[in-house]
Amino acid sequence: MNHAAYSALETTLAAPVITQGPPDIDYGLLSPMLVIFAAGVLGVLAEAFVPRARRRVTQLVLALGAVLLAFVLTVSLVGALPADGAGIVVAFATVAVDRPTLFLQGTILVLALASLLLIAEHGQEESSFAAQAAAVPGSEEEREHVLAGSQHTEVYPLVLFALLGMLLFPAANDFLTMFIALEVMSLPLYLLCGLARRRRLFSQEAAVKYFLLGAFSSAFFLFGIALVYGYAGSVNFADVAEAVAGGGAGVIANGEPLLLAGIALAGVGLLFKVGAVPFHNWKPDVYQGAPTPITALMASCTLVAAFGALLRVFYVPFGGSVWEWRPMMWVVAILTMVAAAVIAVTQRDIKRLLAYSSVVHAGFILTAVIAASPEGLAGAMFYLAAYGFTTVGAFAVVTLVRSREGGGEAGDLTQWAGLGRTSPVLAGALGLFLLAFAGIPLTSGFIGKFAVFEAAVAAGATPLVVIGVLSSAVTAFFYVRIIVLMFFAEPAEEGPRVLRPGGPTGVVIAVGVAATVFLGVYPGPVLDTMLPQPAEAEVAGEAPTDMFAR
Amino acid sequence: MTEILAAEPHAVTAAAEGAILANAWLLIAFPLAGAAILLLGGRRTNGWGHWLAIAMSLAGFAWAVLALVQLLGLAPQERSRSAHVYEWFSVGAFTVDVNLLIDPLSITFALLITGVGSLIHIYSVGYMAHDENRRRFFAYLNLFVAAMLVLVLADNYALLFLGWEGVGLASYLLIGFWQHKPSAAVAAKKAFLINRVGDMGLLIAIMLMFATFGTLSFAPVAEAAGDAGRGVITAIGLLLLLGACGKSAQLPLQAWLLDAMEGPTPVSALIHAATMVTAGVYLIVRSGPIFEAAPYAQLVVAAVGAATLLAGAIIGCAKDDIKKALAGSTMSQIGYMTLAAGLGPIGYAAAIAHLVTHGFFKAGLFLGAGSVMHGMNDQVDMRRYGALRKAMPITFATFGLGYLAIIGFPFLSGWWTKEGIIEAAFAFGGVTGQILGWATLIGAGLTAFYMSRVMFMTFFGTARWDDGVHPHESPKSMTVPMIVLALGSVFLGAILVFGYRFAHFLEPVVGAPEHHEFSLAHMLTSWPSLTALALMVAGVAFAWARYGRAEVPRTAPAGNPITVAARNELYGNALNEALFMRPGQRLTAAAVAFDDTAVDGVVRGVAEGVRQSSQGLRQTQTGFARSYALTMVFGAAVVVATMLGVGVA
Amino acid sequence: MELYAPIFVLGGIGAGFVVLSMVVGAIAGPKRYNRAKLQAYECGIDPTPQPVGGGRFTIKYYLTAMLFIVFDIEVIFLVPWAIHLDALGMFGLVAMLLFLVNVSIAYAYEWRRGGLEWG
Repeated sequence: MNHAAYSALETTLAAPVITQGPPDIDYGLLSPMLVIFAAGVLGVLAEAFVPRARRRVTQLVLALGAVLLAFVLTVSLVGALPADGAGIVVAFATVAVDRPTLFLQGTILVLALASLLLIAEHGQEESSFAAQAAAVPGSEEEREHVLAGSQHTEVYPLVLFALLGMLLFPAANDFLTMFIALEVMSLPLYLLCGLARRRRLFSQEAAVKYFLLGAFSSAFFLFGIALVYGYAGSVNFADVAEAVAGGGAGVIANGEPLLLAGIALAGVGLLFKVGAVPFHNWKPDVYQGAPTPITALMASCTLVAAFGALLRVFYVPFGGSVWEWRPMMWVVAILTMVAAAVIAVTQRDIKRLLAYSSVVHAGFILTAVIAASPEGLAGAMFYLAAYGFTTVGAFAVVTLVRSREGGGEAGDLTQWAGLGRTSPVLAGALGLFLLAFAGIPLTSGFIGKFAVFEAAVAAGATPLVVIGVLSSAVTAFFYVRIIVLMFFAEPAEEGPRVLRPGGPTGVVIAVGVAATVFLGVYPGPVLDTMLPQPAEAEVAGEAPTDMFAR
Repeated sequence: MTEILAAEPHAVTAAAEGAILANAWLLIAFPLAGAAILLLGGRRTNGWGHWLAIAMSLAGFAWAVLALVQLLGLAPQERSRSAHVYEWFSVGAFTVDVNLLIDPLSITFALLITGVGSLIHIYSVGYMAHDENRRRFFAYLNLFVAAMLVLVLADNYALLFLGWEGVGLASYLLIGFWQHKPSAAVAAKKAFLINRVGDMGLLIAIMLMFATFGTLSFAPVAEAAGDAGRGVITAIGLLLLLGACGKSAQLPLQAWLLDAMEGPTPVSALIHAATMVTAGVYLIVRSGPIFEAAPYAQLVVAAVGAATLLAGAIIGCAKDDIKKALAGSTMSQIGYMTLAAGLGPIGYAAAIAHLVTHGFFKAGLFLGAGSVMHGMNDQVDMRRYGALRKAMPITFATFGLGYLAIIGFPFLSGWWTKEGIIEAAFAFGGVTGQILGWATLIGAGLTAFYMSRVMFMTFFGTARWDDGVHPHESPKSMTVPMIVLALGSVFLGAILVFGYRFAHFLEPVVGAPEHHEFSLAHMLTSWPSLTALALMVAGVAFAWARYGRAEVPRTAPAGNPITVAARNELYGNALNEALFMRPGQRLTAAAVAFDDTAVDGVVRGVAEGVRQSSQGLRQTQTGFARSYALTMVFGAAVVVATMLGVGVA
Repeated sequence: MELYAPIFVLGGIGAGFVVLSMVVGAIAGPKRYNRAKLQAYECGIDPTPQPVGGGRFTIKYYLTAMLFIVFDIEVIFLVPWAIHLDALGMFGLVAMLLFLVNVSIAYAYEWRRGGLEWG
């Protein structure tokens, strides 16, 4: 060994000396996440110290209050952003607070509020959650707990922790923070999936599957991060972007394959979370097995968060190698739009159908990712918001239609025949949601599809859009089939029982309908005012990705 | 591509306009808000909901009157105003605006819809007093008014289509309002399905227009219509006609209108007589430039109108159900309008003028029929009526005036406007003009017969009431609207036609035919006019002989083959079944057989293909976490390979 | 390559120690089996044969594991913080206290909900 090598080794082995002063963390900009976290922690304390009878109310007030407060803070932060430049990076540049972050966080918080209302629904029937998740399904112990009216109020802090992860996921500005956010988001969700009150084995199976596959995908993601780190010498998004633009950080000579494999593997981890084909298999099983309010939470908030992260990763750190990752995304987007739409045609269960629908929609949003333009970003974000409201509403309707025996949800579509006769308002609301999924004009779905497809065409991805339009024609077929079934088929002999929506569920459905119509009829305020303005960025002569803070 | 629905370039912007015209959207917003409040407010609004609905409809009417006043203050050629409502959405370089068009034609419709609509709202307060769902009924009425206003105020075909679907929805909801009656539910479904056929035609026409002209705004389409290829423009015209036939119950899509009488009578008056069913005529007149460029399509329009006007009249002659007899009459009268609209510029003003007066007298007749039913325990069979003129004097008087108007009694509204159509038909010239003209004349005679039949069977002759029926006059809230409509039936025609006032008002929109000076003497003494008068008298006399003087049996006699055919609506349903349904089924069966045998499975339907592949792909969803993980590994391998492959290349 | 030599040496020594101690133990140790010796070491139950119905471990094991994590993680973070206490100053102190509070809340939850009662 020569001298130089020794001294290098010495430097690395010697105890590091901290030379920096205490870091300056702008807590104000992180306040929405801090509020949610604090509420989650307080929720755990409430579990410990509040008497059983009063726990539910306490948790509910805490959770709803925290989400509302966080939303207000998020909105107020819009004014705190610098007028010039996209946003600010805070806390050692681990978190980026910019307009996309705030828009997505605000959307997630509103959708989470809706999901929380569904979770809290306690109207005529017992809640959707198991009385005692630890009891063996069908055992004497379980029966005792059901009779005693036990309930898991831990659901609320768990949702809040998951929410914390979802808020951080699209805001993370380095790969490690993003990974932490991913796990913070996922772990409580794994647990929540297994808490269904009915068909408990099914629910537990869903939870285990989700956990195993989620862990598997996290491994891909981590491996990808490691490879990118090897190429760029940093996990910070801005640094990686710089390294990508400059042809590598020089850690390793000819590191190009390292970067490409890194993008691919990190992409796999993120594509798993959004449920793109062929990483979608978990979605139908998990959506069907999980308690429906949790499905609503996953289908709306988790999807928004995951796409937010996907957009940031592929626009900021990997933005410089768009020509390398675009073909890969093409393959995934086409697979997603085609395969999921085709499989959905023969689905018989409403929750599975909505799961496949969610996969197809992920494919549509991927076309906007491929556009890699400000229009694409704006279109994808609008789509996410629009889809989130519609899907929460749709799952809210699902919670109300119960089968005669057992009182579980009537998942099988044959049970939904003639629902338009017996419960016209409910069927009408679901009909509207389905039309929005199909992208019929005057619903939010139309504007969303238009926005993402327009962005894709502008970026030269016309064949992709043609496939997208064909795919939405196939999906429209099965949405309309449900509408026809509800309104024009004779009601089933042993038709479902339709619960009168209690206050919370009613509010969620109403909000879903209102948002679906409003965003379809008058999308201007959201499309032009709230979303980051691509036109301005172009006028200022900035690079397209500069809607994100660096 | 950027301005598909944009305003006409030459229109003055909203900023320079008066507040009334610029804020024309309020016209729609009033009834829409009413519907929203009533539907969302739920039972809380039961007490005052109907008054709110009336107020909203009246507010719309007031706004329309103000708009008319402002419009009249402008020079005739400036009376076409585009009011920008809002930008619907703007994506990238792509902007879509929502604009309303205020011009003489649309304001005429707006006044008719809100005016007659308000009267019928008021009438419904009394008519629906005992219905527990009265609030919902008023909400639907308001919804209908709003949708109809969207239809007529739209400045482009896309927005028009929105209104078109909106009135279809409102009509569906109102026909089936008494859901507990299976016949009402079936009728609603039938109207819905038949209208889908028409709507599909309109939708395809709109798509063709967008593909051909690159825009859907009325003005640019009108400008470009002449330059389009003959085949395309004819196709567009015929498809528009198909849409119009569906909505206006013209042959061959007429079958739903008679069944639609299952709805509450105010609905029949407002939607299925005065306004919605005339939307087809509006569409044809509004698309005038397209039909000008497609003479074949125009001829088909006139032919359809002539056929329907006769078919409707014949059906009207045989129906014993008072509402169905009136519905046949509606078909027939709209046939008149369609015929006139198919004549081109010389007929447009006549068509719209008749449409307006018809709106009044037919609404009046329906409200009168409703009043009779109200007093007769909802009996609709005219053979159970008779001698009601003493029991219901106000109803008798108003119904009578409407009756005189529709049969074309000189100097009443119907006479003025129907004469206009007859004259225009003969003025069209050639063999076509003669055929069409004679159709209108025969129609006039038939009208006189079947309407007299209704009149005599209901109000004259001996009482043939069911036991326990005590006919009584209806409350004020019902009679006052009837009186107002009767006044319209008497005077409106003269006001519109005298001096071609209305035709001149519409001129900027529908174009100016070269017509002679208005002459009352000519109107009274020309041979078609005299013939029409003679046929009218003959019709009334024949009806008097059969139903006035003679005893009317309480049950319908067997009748001759023509009567039976007319009673069966000229076998319209059977025809539909034979022409569309069965061939459709047979075609499907043949196709399936062809598919199975001849093609030998090489060609499969797309749907079946999708289903098959769906079944295949479903197999990948095994339910085993291990196989999902394997799929992921494969997927990851594909992703990595693609990335690296691209990187190397 | 030279740079990695110490690591390989260290690895070799480690592997050698494992092999050596197992071989020596097998050769030199006395072999007198009894029931107590055949039982699973320290923590509780027989892994085989599994009881009927899939074999559920009692939840107490997980509770204990959670407690272990609570205190284990605490220590992992406490040590480096303690070493650099002076450099991290007030910021470090506050951050560490916040961390400890959070961890204690998990502990409090487990304690209040009966996780410490073996019964």
